[in-house]
Amino acid sequence: MIFEFYMTASQILFYVIAAFILGCGLLAMTTRKIFRSAIWLLFSLVGVSALYFWLQVEFIAAVQIVVYVGGIVVLIIFSVFLTQQSGTEMPKAPVKRTIASVFAVLFGFAFTYLLIYKNNFISGEGTFDAGISKIGNQMLTTGEQGFALPFEAVSILLLAAMIGCIVIAMKTSTNQAKGENEQAANTNKK
Amino acid sequence: MSGIPISHILFLSTALFFIGMYGLFTRRNLITMLMAIELILNSVNINFVVFNKFLWPGKLDGIFFTIFIITIAAAEAAVAIAIIINLFRSHRSIDVEDATEMKW
Repeated sequence: MIFEFYMTASQILFYVIAAFILGCGLLAMTTRKIFRSAIWLLFSLVGVSALYFWLQVEFIAAVQIVVYVGGIVVLIIFSVFLTQQSGTEMPKAPVKRTIASVFAVLFGFAFTYLLIYKNNFISGEGTFDAGISKIGNQMLTTGEQGFALPFEAVSILLLAAMIGCIVIAMKTSTNQAKGENEQAANTNKK
Repeated sequence: MSGIPISHILFLSTALFFIGMYGLFTRRNLITMLMAIELILNSVNINFVVFNKFLWPGKLDGIFFTIFIITIAAAEAAVAIAIIINLFRSHRSIDVEDATEMKW
């Protein structure tokens, strides 16, 4: 009896988390104040992390909180503060575009979910173990089932992206840069 | 797992994906479009984890894909925000309708 109740509690928890994620996501995409939109996005991402906890993949849940909530949302909020008056409302999308996108999204959702609904998923055998030590070992193994090469590739990508960010965001006065180029050209001529 | 059929979790991720698509269609502000992309990437991550856990529980490939997607999403967000701030410096606006120099 108690076991049965436990199962139901887990199910209820899933539906609560799902409603939370979808509600916050929908509000993030429809509210017209950009700062509120960022905060709703934050709640939605926390909800996704709760879903990972519910699925018992704790490492991914922790990474989700650290990277998305602690990193990306903070970056987005910073850029909102740097570029917008956060109190002002964004202009409304034209009615035509809103209706067209609602229909596009609804039909896309209907077709995709029809495919999922009709598909017969065959669950595999084996026990699922996403312990941190197993993930870490597999991440740095070079042999079968190892992910050392993608790990290195992604770390180089991350480094390149960070350097690229600095270069893009660096403040250069265009006149000065032009002057330096001309100077360099002149010295070359000489 | 615990009585929830896999199609319900896929319903959640599909709905999240199309909410993100709706935001991408209707918004014209670069920061909110970036938020929509983050929602879409999250729905993909949910799919990877759920498929790994339910359909191939003996392997961890979906988990690794999720980790790499999160990393690339972080890099993408950082680069996008650098570009947005630079665009704001030169145009005084981050509306996509205002940045039309490269439009053919």
